[in-house]
Amino acid sequence: MAIRVEVGLKEHLFDARGSRVKRQILHAFPRLTPPGRISCFDIYHVDADTVEQAFLQEAFCDPVIQDMSVGGVLRASAGWYIEVGFRPGVTDNVGRSAQYALELITGTRIPVFSSRGYLIQGDYGLETAQAIASECLANILIHTIRIFPFPAGPRIEPCIPRITGLHEPEVEEVSLDLSDGELLLLSQTRTLALTVEEMKTIARSLRHPGTLKNRESMGLSGKITDVELECLAQTWSEHCKHKIFNAGITYEENGKTKKISSLFATYIKGATAKIRRAQGKDDICVSVFSDNAGVIRFNDEYNLVFKVETHNSPSALDPYGGALTGIVGVNRDPFGTGMGAKLIFNTDVFCFASPFHSAALPPKILHPLRIFEGVREGVEHGGNKSGIPTVNGCIVFDERYLGKPLVYCGTAGIMPGTVGGEPSHIKKIDPGALIVMSGGRIGKDGIHGATFSSEELHEESPTSAVQIGDPITQKKLTDFLLVARDKGLYRAITDNGAGGLSSSVGEMATACGGCLIELEKPPLKYHGLSPWEILLSEAQERMTLAVSPDRIEAFLALSKRMDVESTVIGTFTDSGFFHCTYEGRTVAYLSLDFLHNGLPPMNLRARWKAPVGDNRETPVPLNHGIKLKEMLGRLNICSKEYVVRQYDHEVQGGSVVKPLVGEQCDGPSDAAVIRPLLDSEEGVVVSNGIIPRYSDLDAYHMSACALDEAVRNYICVGGNPNHWAFLDNFCWCDPVAGPKNPDGEFKLAQLVRANKALYDYALAYACPMISGKDSMKNDYIGGEVKISIPPTILISVIGKIEDVKKAVTMDIKQSGSHIYILGATKKELGCSEYLASWGLRGSRLPAVEAKKALKRYRLLHEAIKQGLVLSAHDCSDGGLAVCLAEMAFAGGFGMDINLDRIKSEKGMNDTEILYSESSSRIVVEVAQEKRKSFMALFGRDASCIGSSTQAPCLIIRSKSGQTLISEALADLKAAWKKTLDF
Amino acid sequence: MAQIKALILTGFGTNCEMEMAYACRKAGASADIVHISEVLEGTCAINDYHFLNLPGGFLDGDDLGSAQVESVRLKHARVRTTGRNLFEEIETFIGRGMLILGVCNGFQALVKSGILPGDPLGKRRVSLTFNDSAKFEDRWVRLKVNPESPCIFTNGIASLLVPVRHGEGKFVTDSDETLSELTGERLIAVHYADQDLSPTMEYPLNPNGSVSAIAGICDRTGRIFGLMPHPEAYIHPTNHPAWTRNRDLADKGEGILLFENAVNFLRGIL
Repeated sequence: MAIRVEVGLKEHLFDARGSRVKRQILHAFPRLTPPGRISCFDIYHVDADTVEQAFLQEAFCDPVIQDMSVGGVLRASAGWYIEVGFRPGVTDNVGRSAQYALELITGTRIPVFSSRGYLIQGDYGLETAQAIASECLANILIHTIRIFPFPAGPRIEPCIPRITGLHEPEVEEVSLDLSDGELLLLSQTRTLALTVEEMKTIARSLRHPGTLKNRESMGLSGKITDVELECLAQTWSEHCKHKIFNAGITYEENGKTKKISSLFATYIKGATAKIRRAQGKDDICVSVFSDNAGVIRFNDEYNLVFKVETHNSPSALDPYGGALTGIVGVNRDPFGTGMGAKLIFNTDVFCFASPFHSAALPPKILHPLRIFEGVREGVEHGGNKSGIPTVNGCIVFDERYLGKPLVYCGTAGIMPGTVGGEPSHIKKIDPGALIVMSGGRIGKDGIHGATFSSEELHEESPTSAVQIGDPITQKKLTDFLLVARDKGLYRAITDNGAGGLSSSVGEMATACGGCLIELEKPPLKYHGLSPWEILLSEAQERMTLAVSPDRIEAFLALSKRMDVESTVIGTFTDSGFFHCTYEGRTVAYLSLDFLHNGLPPMNLRARWKAPVGDNRETPVPLNHGIKLKEMLGRLNICSKEYVVRQYDHEVQGGSVVKPLVGEQCDGPSDAAVIRPLLDSEEGVVVSNGIIPRYSDLDAYHMSACALDEAVRNYICVGGNPNHWAFLDNFCWCDPVAGPKNPDGEFKLAQLVRANKALYDYALAYACPMISGKDSMKNDYIGGEVKISIPPTILISVIGKIEDVKKAVTMDIKQSGSHIYILGATKKELGCSEYLASWGLRGSRLPAVEAKKALKRYRLLHEAIKQGLVLSAHDCSDGGLAVCLAEMAFAGGFGMDINLDRIKSEKGMNDTEILYSESSSRIVVEVAQEKRKSFMALFGRDASCIGSSTQAPCLIIRSKSGQTLISEALADLKAAWKKTLDF
Repeated sequence: MAQIKALILTGFGTNCEMEMAYACRKAGASADIVHISEVLEGTCAINDYHFLNLPGGFLDGDDLGSAQVESVRLKHARVRTTGRNLFEEIETFIGRGMLILGVCNGFQALVKSGILPGDPLGKRRVSLTFNDSAKFEDRWVRLKVNPESPCIFTNGIASLLVPVRHGEGKFVTDSDETLSELTGERLIAVHYADQDLSPTMEYPLNPNGSVSAIAGICDRTGRIFGLMPHPEAYIHPTNHPAWTRNRDLADKGEGILLFENAVNFLRGIL
């Protein structure tokens, strides 16, 4: 018999969590009679017959603020009591900590499971209570729900989420001598995500006489084992192999065709290789495209490591767990690069549908507000608890993210250029080195994550793909491994993410030429996993290491001391084979060459036909002041302070330019600057650019404008345009044509164009791309509905500022300054926020003039270095009008601006000048006494368009000199803040 | 001059150890960042040090409430070589007249293990619970220093500008008597304050709803001090959230003053 312990705040204290739950309920059910008081309880289910009450009290209860009941409940008010626990096998961080605390006190290990209780006062029917539970309090994919009427409810029994129905571990042999149809069915039923062609390639390799002989020598037959099949499927998945990016593509435009052998090799790697050659000894790249993250030089002693990942599909199913796993997962990329980097910042970009979505939802889709809140909280817990500052990011809204939200999580690290005299970015593994797994244990979590994310989301998507990250286990792991690294206790490290051990050991094995994994060795969360599940599990918080036999004792001792579980699970070899045994018997024997190079390249067709825009006249608002306030309140422009404040953006002590800046610390920063080395004034700059709605006209310009936006942001705070690098991160809708995807050729053409733009502009800016990611199946199919995201690229820039004391922020600093705009304003309102506010698309997208822009950016950098710039802010969503308003209300100073002083194309009216989104434009504040020096640098590229004023009012005068806008800063700021003021 | 030795105790989820060590060094102390497990193993002894720093973070994920598990660990985990628990080691440390500073999660650990207010030592009389906003928040706050407090760390300081970064920072007491005692004994060393330096209950100036606007307290000797805001987050002038608005930068941030006071005090007694 187990014990149920309920802990709650003392009755006289304000239940803040309860008040938050109440707000969430009212958001989700606006028509519901508001509930009365909501009380939250922490519940511990202790799997023992008896435990002394004093022990439970000491472990679980803070007597100053809490009451505890063993076996009973604390309150008896009328309403519904909803208890939310975890399904068996789901990561229960609170339960784990509770077990640890109880063990410290009692000296014995007693399993403890946590759940959360909510007593909701209100006269609701059972159905309403159920709806509240499933819409606001629990996610049935991971949670169990129990509902009790109060106060007359029955006694609440303890509830232990035992794992039952597990089979004995077994290895299945599968024949691939099947028809095409049967092969496809096999692929689908096992979530292999392999095509018939790929299945046939595997079948052919098995029939090869040499293969057969090798297999026989290991006691295997001509049938494939499930371990091998699953291992191949994940290694060959779109997620891991980037098949589309490496496919041969026939691209057709205006009747002309062009062959592209691989987008990745041609455009991404191709551009970087050219840039590096041109830069010669000034090349800052250290390791690109070959490891978990890209590595560039920071200074003579240290390198920077940076990676951005996505975690879209899991976040669609379980926003909290998916996003949490996304952030702690990407942490392990720089951490698992070379010999391992210390993590210095996170940057997150989310794409959601409107949180105010009011139409009916397709099957299995969560409301966008719920996704927003879940993702926000997941990243909050993942980032804050890991002690990594979240320094920059943004949120983009578009209705098409209803089918799949995008959750981009990025992390950078810093590592010494050499560790123990060896270059830190190189993984060197000698045959005979031991394979060690450190960190969490293996469960069924996230099995098939890699193959699952290589499919569109559908109603039957596997729920085992959902996992919950555990930042504290990972923090302990990274604390330990950084010490071990500096003591020289291991030689190479990589993370266990998609594909689990199969992927991590499989990749590391290429460094020495083989591996032998003993699959009974890795520690399991619970008994009953088959060998293939152990190999494939994506259970979190695990790193794989190569440890030489003479260091293993010291490694394991340190690990134990720092409360981290580490286990030797095999040996690196030079056999040429990916070899797995289970209790002595061979269960997988795949040639490494076949595993990594056996996948036949795909051949795809792309066909471009430019979408037709509308050529209507730009609508002119009746009242420009009102329109500006409406624009400021639009989801893509409005303040994201609600989210930003809940992220720790200054832990580690090196914060220089924060995400919120200005007089009241609430202005939207362009980019972040941090000092990763506290004794140094050298800074790291990071920025992002993303503009998916431009894909509606042309993904080429979408890509170019995203890149230019990231660059502008970077330059605005003082980033050095000679010491920088890009990360590209593609999220696409399925670009492979098929029966379910008739416009696949067009989407592929968009992908080709987006790549071409990156190539063109990376070369033009002489900025290498160092790492990236692509996620290709961001579609939802449910019932009769298919929703595809707009093709989306996130460009992130990482680079350096030599002296952080030169950094610049976007808020106006004083009255009487001159306000300049750099760059020309053109009639480029296609897909702009302004036209979108009228439900229009327009036809002409901003085109980036790279040569002029780069010259401008270099000059601005020079001006910033010379201290000539008081503030700088980029013009992006909402154009000049929004940019000026943000600068003014962030700084608390007004502006008086004349539109006739703006260099604009002929025939543009005032409205178009205000809201054009022409790229490469930056608004700059210069003090009167610095004006001459500033103009000496820029000449005609800078136009003085007005001045800053003491009066807290934004005044904009039309080309003919009339007052178009005269708005109090307080009103503008209020309009900007109210939309997402949750 | 004696070398002041600072210990920054870490592990199990702390995360401000690096900047806390930096602050100690800037203030003139030597600083060792040591994992709790090293202390438990006996390879490092708390009592070899003069200045114990408990940094911020999320000890054990704050899973059972902030620093709840840490309070259990302090009282039950034993040092292998001495057989004494960590709490007893700290008791000795306090008895030697040394200094303890707990910030954020470190402050939570001090109150949940009864080291603060520390009368009697080990008894919980105050706590830190969920912010009234029910949100974790990162924002800068103005602190008013109580000039009558015996606190060594705040000696001679009138006010401080520092960030809070917490979800469980609302200070509460077990009774009105405890609150009167804290007030009467002048143990409330720092209050959340408005522009005029008056203690305030107004959100977000008081970011969490702490009773009597309490941001931090010390013990009767003034040698043990805990606070929710992060002084170690304002050591470099560019940490200030609006430093670009006034470029006549001081050569250091206000947070360093607490550490300098600690080091100077220790120099005086060692």
